[in-house]
Amino acid sequence: MNIAVASGKGGTGKTTVSVNLAMSLKSPVQLIDCDVEEPNTHIFMKPDITEKKDATRIVPKVNIDACDFCGACGEICEFNAIAVLKNASVLVFPEMCHGCKGCIMVCPKNAISEKNKVFGKIEKGIAWNVECVHGTLNVGEAMSPPLIEKVQKEIKNDLITIIDAPPGTSCPMITTVRRADYIILVTEPTPFGLNDLILAVETVKTLDKPFGILINRSDIGDNKVQEYALKMNIPILMEIPYDREIAVAYSKGNLMIDVVPELKIKFQKMYKQISEKGAK
Amino acid sequence: MKSLTIISGKGGTGKTSIVASFASLFDNIVLADADVDAADLHLVIPYETKKTVEFFAGHKAIINEEICTNCGDCLERCQYEAISSNFTIDPVACEGCGVCVHFCPSNAIDFPERKCGEWFVSDTSFGPMVHAKLGIAEENSGLLVSTVRKEAKEIAEKENRDLVLTDGPPGIGCPVIASITGSTAVLIITEPTLSGMHDLKRVAELASFLKVPGMICVNKFDLNPDMTEKIIEASKQYKLTDVGKIPYDPSVIQAMVEGLSSINYSKGPASLAIEAVWKNVKNFLNNIPKGV
Repeated sequence: MNIAVASGKGGTGKTTVSVNLAMSLKSPVQLIDCDVEEPNTHIFMKPDITEKKDATRIVPKVNIDACDFCGACGEICEFNAIAVLKNASVLVFPEMCHGCKGCIMVCPKNAISEKNKVFGKIEKGIAWNVECVHGTLNVGEAMSPPLIEKVQKEIKNDLITIIDAPPGTSCPMITTVRRADYIILVTEPTPFGLNDLILAVETVKTLDKPFGILINRSDIGDNKVQEYALKMNIPILMEIPYDREIAVAYSKGNLMIDVVPELKIKFQKMYKQISEKGAK
Repeated sequence: MKSLTIISGKGGTGKTSIVASFASLFDNIVLADADVDAADLHLVIPYETKKTVEFFAGHKAIINEEICTNCGDCLERCQYEAISSNFTIDPVACEGCGVCVHFCPSNAIDFPERKCGEWFVSDTSFGPMVHAKLGIAEENSGLLVSTVRKEAKEIAEKENRDLVLTDGPPGIGCPVIASITGSTAVLIITEPTLSGMHDLKRVAELASFLKVPGMICVNKFDLNPDMTEKIIEASKQYKLTDVGKIPYDPSVIQAMVEGLSSINYSKGPASLAIEAVWKNVKNFLNNIPKGV
């Protein structure tokens, strides 16, 4: 079973929940960090890296000697990633390229071929009994979803997989959660938390996935998140009160289950609830 | 006219709360909320929407099953596994590249424009605010960010405003690049945690890659004063100017609950610190170093 930990708002505690959940379970667990723009699980897990590989994406390479400057590649490209200057040259903008290969397919002179561009890396390692995988997008690269897809290829179906998702509700978040069996939406009981939770709930509903809410720092702010969950009939999986000691432990890269050991049992119970009722 | 974008790398460090407070401190500004897929600025700045514009960007492919001959050409060409074996296209997976549309031998694939969201121009007591709402499960957030910023800039030029103050999104990907490209400066809000430090370095690298001068402010600094010092030390290698620290203050959350900025809600420690940070930011903007 794979469980994605997501949220609309950033900084609500996705990574905290992912690592503490992974470390609370007794069965073999895999922890996949899909927040490739800002991956943080490795800070807490400190895995011994056993494998490190470049992630590449396909961009066009133009053989200018074969090109007759017909302009078909520039016409088919929806992303302005390739442009033909009349009888002079072909410009490729790799950062705009979505890798659709349209230019390669359309070129009547077969003058365009594929080239691999390194745009990030994937690292794998072991910490305690958890298999850790995280992707890191190169700085300056705009598109994280292709890297997220590659990181997800590392998911093993025979393990419990916890997936740490990027914040927001757009392509990176959707790419991460759309193949999950269950989604935990982490929020905080504040107006920002609620507003972004509602957006995340609406997004997850379009994907038709089972999901529940985890309220972090549950005693700050107001109780409108609880009221919303009740009204919408969404299960509240767990509530974690604000605790300065947890915040300080987090700041040092330490786990909350080491500060408040009872939380370990709560995480185990949450997993049980998800695995029994959650998956379709 | 200058433009300042507030970013953070890591989410939840306090960008929006600080932007809302800055809004009441700066004079003669235009506000822009560039966190289009989780926009929150309007929750702490009372506003009245004057203009709503539908945002179209890109296309989506739709197979017309009456014309489709199930030849399978599109299935082979699609790089995004967006077309299922019964020839329907998953709108979430479709990138809108149009390759299937171009090559379909029966011309059976439509390619309508995609409505990706809406953007708004609103009045606030601090000046006009341009904000947006990305459609649920929609794409092109980077283009929507660019649209919001372009509109804010046009309003600022037309109304002779001094500053466009932009609330940016978390991360370092396309919406962040769209938020800071061409800005006069960025202010990076971070927190004194290992994650904050890690994410700060990446977003600072991005700002320097895009040649935008940067400032740094550590929020909730008293949570871990040692880490705060380490972060400020580390920020020097990215030539970030330290504009001050803000303490943890529960009244920031209370202000949010009341729908107000910290500055307009209390004169607590956070508000006082934000005012001091603001003075440094203003000073920085007035004396932008050359050749960063």
